[in-house]
Amino acid sequence: MSMSAAIIRERPASLMGQVSDYLWRNPKVFLFLLLTPPLLWLGIIYVGSLFALLLQSFYSIDEFSGLINHELTLKTYGELLRPENLDIIVRTVTMSLAVTLGAAIIAFPIAYYAARYARGGWKALFYLAVMLPLWSSYLVKVYAWKLILAKEGILTWLFAKLHLTFLLDAVLSLPIVGGNSLSLSYIGMFLVFVYVWVPFMILPLQASLERVPVNLIEASADLGANAGQTFRNVIFPLALPGLIAGSIFTFSLTLGDYIIPGIVGSSRLFIGQAVSAHQGTAGNIPLAAAFTVVPMVIMGLYLMFAKRMGAFDAL
Amino acid sequence: MTIAVRFDAVSRHFGAVRAVDAVDLEIEEGEFFAMLGPSGSGKTTCLRLIAGFEQPTAGHIEIFGETAEGVPPYRRNVNTVFQDYALFPHLSVLDNVGYGLMVSGVDKAARHRAAEEALALVKLPGYGARRPAQLSGGQRQRVALVRALVNKPKVLLLDEPLGALDLKLREQMQEELKALQKSLDITFVFVTHDQGEALSMADRVAVFNDGKIVQAGTPAEIYGKPASRFVADFVGSSNVLPPQLVAKIAGESRWGSLKPESVSISAADGGLGLRAKVIAAHYVGSSTKVVTEHEGLRIAAAIQAGRTVPAVGSDVTLIFAKSDVHLMEAGS
Repeated sequence: MSMSAAIIRERPASLMGQVSDYLWRNPKVFLFLLLTPPLLWLGIIYVGSLFALLLQSFYSIDEFSGLINHELTLKTYGELLRPENLDIIVRTVTMSLAVTLGAAIIAFPIAYYAARYARGGWKALFYLAVMLPLWSSYLVKVYAWKLILAKEGILTWLFAKLHLTFLLDAVLSLPIVGGNSLSLSYIGMFLVFVYVWVPFMILPLQASLERVPVNLIEASADLGANAGQTFRNVIFPLALPGLIAGSIFTFSLTLGDYIIPGIVGSSRLFIGQAVSAHQGTAGNIPLAAAFTVVPMVIMGLYLMFAKRMGAFDAL
Repeated sequence: MTIAVRFDAVSRHFGAVRAVDAVDLEIEEGEFFAMLGPSGSGKTTCLRLIAGFEQPTAGHIEIFGETAEGVPPYRRNVNTVFQDYALFPHLSVLDNVGYGLMVSGVDKAARHRAAEEALALVKLPGYGARRPAQLSGGQRQRVALVRALVNKPKVLLLDEPLGALDLKLREQMQEELKALQKSLDITFVFVTHDQGEALSMADRVAVFNDGKIVQAGTPAEIYGKPASRFVADFVGSSNVLPPQLVAKIAGESRWGSLKPESVSISAADGGLGLRAKVIAAHYVGSSTKVVTEHEGLRIAAAIQAGRTVPAVGSDVTLIFAKSDVHLMEAGS
């Protein structure tokens, strides 16, 4: 080297350079600046409104005047246990479980294919196919399904063309889940829910399956396990964190939805509709708040159960 | 002698790539058989053909006289020790070792007992409750080994099992593996790209190149009488002599190989030896490897400890018997 280059360059003159030097020396200040705006947002807007909601659920409504009584009480929670309200909760939880199970069964083979076999262009196509429905309006999709499932709709026509009308009639004559037509039955509602939420199951499941090394599957076969045993003992346990993550989406989204039960299915209420009705037309804000707490408690219990099952051990 | 594994013109092609190309192979029962070759030479594919992870494109495979094509891995009494061990991360060491017994329906108490015994065999007693992530590389290697052995396979396949270990541990495991193979009397098929490992451990070695076996024989044959220039080059320590030089020495214009131990060095000029200049000397313990240059060709000689080592830069004469030059094929 002919030039005597400086080992340490001079302090920067620009403001940005000085700020950079300062933050490098004070990483705590940097973290403070980084986190303050989002924490303010979360703290005030999100936690604050959640707290307001929780508080509302401990108020009650005066049955004669319809005015809110601002004294803390558990009376409103007691109302949740009335048979008609308990019905709503049981109905919603049952539907959420069914949708989660249905989505998992449909998602698994697709996710497995994408994780194990799809390469290059096929993989891109997979992501596109899974994400594409999420780009269009949720309402449009639900109304489209109403047309598909309606008595004069595409499915009825298809079953007639295939001379399978008797099959459709048999399904619709089932107690509880059946109905006048698919669009007025729980089966129809289940189909729409699964359609709308299945991408949220596929993506985390695919991510977790992608992390299962191929040689573990080979090792299992090498040690004498047939396909079913390998699935039960190796693939399923290793995919469980993804399955749980996906089920958190499908379960909680179904639990809180009030649009699909309003468009497809019978007139019996779901939790989301109950919340909407009580805070809107009925003006019973405390009961609406108490209903909103139900999915939160159920999700909390579900996560505890999942943790106990070891679903997060692999994370 | 019973034939444990037999390949009859076996090929495995991936599109245009001939990973394994018309390979004939016979591995005897109780043998420690090494498949040696550079990466992409087809040795691992051959191992996977025996395990059943790959199916041959053409040819016929027999394991203990039974046809193996179309038989899935889980119906073969053959077990594999994988290159990166492939231990199940969500299972304890005990459940990993007992996995094969579990899927074959052995009850929990019996398979845990068998797994404990097997772990004791590789000096890992009491490690059963741990997860694979809590073990060191060497310990994982042993767990992978007993997980395969606990099923009492007729053939044990080892895919570069020592590749991830450091030198000292590797040498120790080489000895342990060899001793284990002798005491269990199981046929071991060992894939490696490490010449030293193959020659020191195996009863017989097959050298692979471009999907073909270019030479199969005892380590002494492979080392002393390489069939081709490729084998001599790959197995490494022998000097490869070009045809012009061999023609001068042995009168035949063919490629030759010459072991460093067969070459002695004289400081004096004259005689029938080759004149060469010493360019380097490496001390390797029991001997010193002296690298010399004769007309642009590097020739190594091994000087036994205690003998005089010529100075680097000095002119010497290389002396060896005509019969020490082993003639071989030009190609692969």
